[in-house]
Amino acid sequence: MTGFLVRRALQAVFVLIVVTVVVFLLLHALPEGPARAILGPRATPAMLQAFNHANGFDRPLPVQYFRWLVRVLHGDLGFSYKRNDSVTHLLATAVPRTLLLVGLSTVLAVLVAVPVGLLQGARRNSAVDHTLTAVTFTLYSMPAFWLGLLLVDVFAVRLHWLPPEAPSGGIVDILLHPSGLILPVVTLALVTLASFSRYVRASTVEQLEQDYVRTARAKGLPPNQVVRYHVLRNALSPVVSLLGLSLPWILGGSLVVEAVFNFPGTGFLFWNAAQGQDYPVMLGIVLVVAVGTVIGSLLADLGYAALDPRLRDEVGQS
Amino acid sequence: MSTPTQSPRRARIADATAAFFDNRLATIGLVVLVLVTLFCFVGPLIWHTDQVHTNLFGALQPPGREHPLGTDDLGRDVLGRLMVGGRISLIVGVIAAVVATTVGALYGSLAGYAGGTIDAAMMRVVDAIISIPTLFIILFIASLAPPTVTTLIVAITVTSWLVPARIIRGEALTLRRLDFVRLVKTMGGGSVRAVTRHVLPNTVSTMAVNATFQVADAILLIATLSFLGLGPRPPAANWGGMLSGGLQYEYSGYWWMIYPAGIAIIVTVMSINLVGDGLRDALSPKSAS
Repeated sequence: MTGFLVRRALQAVFVLIVVTVVVFLLLHALPEGPARAILGPRATPAMLQAFNHANGFDRPLPVQYFRWLVRVLHGDLGFSYKRNDSVTHLLATAVPRTLLLVGLSTVLAVLVAVPVGLLQGARRNSAVDHTLTAVTFTLYSMPAFWLGLLLVDVFAVRLHWLPPEAPSGGIVDILLHPSGLILPVVTLALVTLASFSRYVRASTVEQLEQDYVRTARAKGLPPNQVVRYHVLRNALSPVVSLLGLSLPWILGGSLVVEAVFNFPGTGFLFWNAAQGQDYPVMLGIVLVVAVGTVIGSLLADLGYAALDPRLRDEVGQS
Repeated sequence: MSTPTQSPRRARIADATAAFFDNRLATIGLVVLVLVTLFCFVGPLIWHTDQVHTNLFGALQPPGREHPLGTDDLGRDVLGRLMVGGRISLIVGVIAAVVATTVGALYGSLAGYAGGTIDAAMMRVVDAIISIPTLFIILFIASLAPPTVTTLIVAITVTSWLVPARIIRGEALTLRRLDFVRLVKTMGGGSVRAVTRHVLPNTVSTMAVNATFQVADAILLIATLSFLGLGPRPPAANWGGMLSGGLQYEYSGYWWMIYPAGIAIIVTVMSINLVGDGLRDALSPKSAS
């Protein structure tokens, strides 16, 4: 187990280094580099040159990379000249909101997807299975923004049950007005649970074909108990690893949901930055999000290994 | 898993085809997909509409005899626009899926065949890029230049080659231990020959399944980009643009501005996914034996 831990953590560290190189190269792949990105389209070549010299952007790339890396490690992610604020400060307010949205909706998605997938797997090709498949397939094939706006139309505009927008204040404000968070959380959960439940269903079907299930049935265990005591645990451990793999995808979904509900999280910030070509903000977010996903999938893999000892070696080598 | 040389290729294709058409949902998906493609590419030849000029006097007309699905806010026929609008989604989706799967398969098979340190280094690059959400990368690229069909294809390819690279690399790791690949070197063939002639051909079914799902993902991605205001620019029509443009009329009762485009997206994406599921089941070694 220790060997696996060390190997998997080293791998994650290596991936993190590659992430910083990729983000650094993105910054310098911009036409005319960071100077143009910061000074804007009207800057003259002389201005660009002066800016590059003042900020050390005329040094060799490896030197710049290490200087940039040192600044990042000190918590300096750059400065948004468009918003006149440091990227670190912008992210410090946006990241907790996104964590709240993503965390709540992922928990909700798992809580719904696991029983639904188990039921579908256990009653394969029944009317229930076909109905739930139709529902999950529709959710999966539907643009997330449309789903969100339909929910707003029904629950906010027609029924007046819930507010149409998410609260836009700080974390405390959001927690004091939780009703505004219901529609965004439900929208994101519906999008993710569609694929989660397909996965749980497939995993259950696969487990039901195993020998240990046949043995359990042969000794006379009722079908419900076979699922509850034998299949559940084995079908669920891959879900932990799925959570890690799905993180980038859930964060992408979060961007759309934040845009629909005007929820000022990381995705919303990124969206605004993309429209305003605010590159320091975009690259800061990309870096933070990528680091978050790498750590998230590391934790998911460790959790998976803790649940399923057989996979320790396999996961460590892949 | 049976070795591919045991049965003649033609018999295996016939088996897989039969298995695919035994799957009712996959068959329905394929039929719908063919109909949608005909609708988009042959439809405009039969149903002539003017999608270039605007006619504000005929704007937002409800469905009637002259316009079966009504007209949009600029007086253009919605049915005709729906036909033309599907083209961008389908073309971008198919080209991006083919290019991305090819690039990913080459990269993954080289990494898997090389093994060792080269493999580890190559795959950590994939891990690093895959940890950045697709939508973030594509928005970043879209912010550099207004998206055209070409930049859309490039942007989607940049993010979609990673998953096939991972999957194909896994298969290449298995294949390189098999005799028929190992013997290439003994018989004087180089690594390039081993990869292109022996590893890649054995991953074709995986590539086909993966590419199918990617077309569906690309269509949703283009729709999302349109909603976020960074999609293909008007007057070029696309379903996502029609849907997100129509949503501003959500409370005005102009339902024909929303539902035709929205349902077109759902139906197309769903049938592509059904075809993908069917292909995977029909081509997997488990079902063949």
